[in-house]
Amino acid sequence: MEALQQLVSAAEAAAASAGDLVALDQIRVHYLGKKGVLTERLKALGALPAEQRREAGAAINVAKEAVQAALEARRLALEEAALNQRLAAERVDVTLPGRGQRAGGLHPITRTLRRIEELFRQIGFSVAEGPEIEDDFHNFEALNIPAHHPARAMHDTFYFDANTLLRTHTSPVQIRTMKRTQPPIRIIAPGRVYRCDSDLTHSPMFHQVEGLFVDEGVSFADLKGVLYDFLRAFFERDLDVRFRPSYFPFTEPSAEVDIQCVMCGGSGCRVCKHTGWLEVLGSGMVHPAVFENVGIDAERYTGYAFGMGVERLAMLRYGVNDLRLFFDNDLRFLSQFR
Amino acid sequence: MKISEQWLREWVQPEVSTAQLVEQLTMAGLEVDAVEPAAPAFNGIVVGAVTDLVAHPNADKLRVCTVDAGGAEPLQIVCGAPNVHVGMKAPVALIGAVLPGDFKIKKSKLRGVESNGMLCSARELGLSEDHAGLMPLPAAAVPGTDIREYLQLDDQLIEVDLTPNRGDCLSVSGVAREVGVLNRVDLTPVATAAVEATIADEFAVSIEAPVDCPRYVGRVIRGVDAQAATPLWMQERLRRAGLRSLGPLVDVTNYVLLELGQPMHAFDLGKLSGGIVVRKAQAGETLELLNGSTIELQPEALVIADRQGPLALAGIMGGEQSACSDATRDVFLESAFFAPQPIAGRARRYGLHTDSSHRFERGVDPNLQRIALERATRLLLDMCGGQPGPVVECCCTEQLPSRPQITLRRERIRLLLGLEIADADIEAILGRLGMQLSATAAGWEVVAPSFRFDMAIEADLIEEIGRVYGYARLPTNRPLSRFAIGELPEVRLPLTRLQQVLIDRGYQEAITFTFVDPAFQSALDPQRVPVALANPISADLSVMRTTLWPGLVKALAYNRKRQQARVRLFETGLRFIDVGEGLPAQDARLGGAVCGGTIGEQWGQKARNVDFFDAKADVEALLAAGGQVQRYRFVAAEHPALHPGQSARIDCDGEPVGWLGLLHPAIEKQLDLDTHIYVFELALSALQSARVPSFAELSKFPAIRRDLAVVVNESISAQQVEDCIREYAGTLLRELTLFDVYRGQGIADGCKSLAFGLILQDFSRTLIDSDVDASVSGIVAGLAGKLSATLRV
Repeated sequence: MEALQQLVSAAEAAAASAGDLVALDQIRVHYLGKKGVLTERLKALGALPAEQRREAGAAINVAKEAVQAALEARRLALEEAALNQRLAAERVDVTLPGRGQRAGGLHPITRTLRRIEELFRQIGFSVAEGPEIEDDFHNFEALNIPAHHPARAMHDTFYFDANTLLRTHTSPVQIRTMKRTQPPIRIIAPGRVYRCDSDLTHSPMFHQVEGLFVDEGVSFADLKGVLYDFLRAFFERDLDVRFRPSYFPFTEPSAEVDIQCVMCGGSGCRVCKHTGWLEVLGSGMVHPAVFENVGIDAERYTGYAFGMGVERLAMLRYGVNDLRLFFDNDLRFLSQFR
Repeated sequence: MKISEQWLREWVQPEVSTAQLVEQLTMAGLEVDAVEPAAPAFNGIVVGAVTDLVAHPNADKLRVCTVDAGGAEPLQIVCGAPNVHVGMKAPVALIGAVLPGDFKIKKSKLRGVESNGMLCSARELGLSEDHAGLMPLPAAAVPGTDIREYLQLDDQLIEVDLTPNRGDCLSVSGVAREVGVLNRVDLTPVATAAVEATIADEFAVSIEAPVDCPRYVGRVIRGVDAQAATPLWMQERLRRAGLRSLGPLVDVTNYVLLELGQPMHAFDLGKLSGGIVVRKAQAGETLELLNGSTIELQPEALVIADRQGPLALAGIMGGEQSACSDATRDVFLESAFFAPQPIAGRARRYGLHTDSSHRFERGVDPNLQRIALERATRLLLDMCGGQPGPVVECCCTEQLPSRPQITLRRERIRLLLGLEIADADIEAILGRLGMQLSATAAGWEVVAPSFRFDMAIEADLIEEIGRVYGYARLPTNRPLSRFAIGELPEVRLPLTRLQQVLIDRGYQEAITFTFVDPAFQSALDPQRVPVALANPISADLSVMRTTLWPGLVKALAYNRKRQQARVRLFETGLRFIDVGEGLPAQDARLGGAVCGGTIGEQWGQKARNVDFFDAKADVEALLAAGGQVQRYRFVAAEHPALHPGQSARIDCDGEPVGWLGLLHPAIEKQLDLDTHIYVFELALSALQSARVPSFAELSKFPAIRRDLAVVVNESISAQQVEDCIREYAGTLLRELTLFDVYRGQGIADGCKSLAFGLILQDFSRTLIDSDVDASVSGIVAGLAGKLSATLRV
């Protein structure tokens, strides 16, 4: 008995000092393996007299369980240590940047156009497009701007020949749409337009968005309403908006639309030339002559049209101070609009 | 147009401040661009009289003047102006005066002589650029009078930006009329009473082109003093309108133009012969204009001629030969009405734009000619003396602009403005605007005044009502809400989706000019002749792009030159292709240009520059967005702008829709860029074509994978091998993946090994080896027969 107790103590001591799982297994084999010390003891039980056999057997089994428990405890301890070691080894610097492609972005003009389109889509406008090389009819004649009309002088037109030109505004899309469709018509026409003028505040190519709404009973009040709402939604501000009588050959009555200066809030600054107002839109009720040119009954239908300069809106919205930046395509500029 | 507020208020006296007046004009459609003082701030400057003058003891060019500036003692002032003389009146800045630019006048010594103030030029007062000498003042000026008061300099110049329809406001009287309407006050016009003829001299006038010139009024004035001084008040008014004083005869015509809006011309009668004929130019005629240039007259040009030939380009500019000069004794004054249409465009054709043509092409009141002539006569006689002859008028009444009767319906006003306005208000507004109204059941019949060329239809009158009533007072409606569900075609991919594909792959959108440098355009697309602008902004922006590459590559180069090693740009927009007849073909394209690392510089991945297959992956991602990759093929083909060994034409259903490749080394060199640039461009119509997905049954049975390594000649493309495998695979093939390309040991020179993974699967049963073997051996046999391919061992 004394000896068995010593055996267990020795086994427990050995297990506790096993350095790794391999060493621990050798200890298991030594004590509990097929030829292990305790196994041999069990095998030797047969040689004992029957009355001692039972007691001795129970004692060996107790010893065996004690050894097994010691081995298991050590195994768990070793595994936990190993896991901890692995976790420590696998630690990374989570502040290192992630791998792979970085997203690019849209041009600020496209971003602005999308914003405008999105707002008008909400009230049922769809997007229409037209050619950029236009003929005189669609760009001028049909819009009630005959040859030699003084309004043509304001357009600084790029010509290819006497009849072919780069569209000076997106208004020809009105004509193309109305020739194709009968009212109700609700479109906006975004796109590139061209004027033969290039300096600090003029780019020979720029963008406009044209809007057209033709239906029965459309009035100037509807035009005022839609532009009020649009401008406030676009700038996300409760801006003052004013409608000023103006002149476009293809609208009557016509109005230019000013917003309270978004830079100074209307108190007067360099951007608004100290007037407190910024001109952002041209608009008006579709001229009966235009309806006549496209075959729409001007007695039955009325409509409004408007046009806005996208660069100007983008500059005001995002604080861009130089028009030319839009077409330099400098990545340092473009990447600011991601 | 700049309007002096003082002058305006002589004509109309509303009880409003300058700021209110400006606001009224702007909100009535006469947009005020700026308001500036008629003279800069200065003080302490009075009228001075030079009473004595001696040479400066120490300086040749300086004089020592004794000046009476209204004070008890005369002042000693040193002056270097060449025109100073005894008896002269000129502005004098007293000690303590502050001149424009915050220049303070102090007691000083000039070369040892004391000077108590400064005699001033017009430039020193900020009134003009004239610095040739002192600013001479009339002899009647009283010494000591404050110069601001004397010249009435406390005036504002209101700059009105008139729209082309408001030719009637191109004068002080026109703007005054508008102010009168807005404030409901009457005008106080200047006297334009007829001036009695004191001599019988006439100069004959005949009109041969009555359509262009329905009315011509003229008068002879003999014995004028062309050297008389233009009165200071008139000089000041001209100056404030931006005109220089050019002698009394010209000044009077300019003054009447500013005041009444009637362009006039004064001929030197001594240089005319025969009589005035208003006619079209004859072939070969030339005319030396007042601006010194000589023009060759085109046959449709309208001229004022005499027996000798053309004297003036009618309504645009006078001629040099018949112009008044200091020596002129007798003048012939012209006041004519030229119809807007014929004038419009003509001036521009000769590169001219004058105050006169500006007004005639917008419309001058056809009833104004005689009034203006009388006014000019009065002014001229007052200034220069002379004997007026009788007024000669030649008029073709039926060619004068007709004044249409316009029907105005109450209901239409309500419909267009969205508001009911009381009849009395409408009548008051239109009445003040000079319209003649007669009531009808539905509204009114209206005749507009002769100066309103912009009143032709009902909507014009409605705008007038809205404008004067005030746009701000008109109602505002929320948008009409007749909602209807629109179309949403699923077979058309939105552009936003394609843009997002590229953005996610690191591309930045660019927007480049559609007109490009012809040399670079032709380097990138030599086979097409681009559409050329007749009037480009510059030679390097003179042709329309036939591909998006010129702009994109230039933008890429721009960034490379600004230390951006890695550039990924895309653009969508039109390209323009001449198709002979009609407008050029204009189709939308999506293009890209890339250079530099596959990904941005970072710690975790090895840097590698983009190659053909990186760029191709971007294009494939675009093609995949529509879900129809099987319609597209990359075909090895040559493009003049691309490296012949690294360029692919992209076909959709066998039709070419785009290109992908490495920019040709020759072009790279031309750009002086030390990098490879990959470019691509596709038709947007192809990319936006999508499909409505259609469900296919899933197999319940397991799939089997087999790998095949095929050795083929280098000349055989991967596409050919893949096509061949699909052709012979039978119905079991589900997926086919090329996973390795190998050349080298074990593979004969001139050959390559392509390794494919095949996934086979049946819908009705689990495949067994023999099924797969049969399929694979069919493929192998097909490859051998068609492409002389062998299995790699």
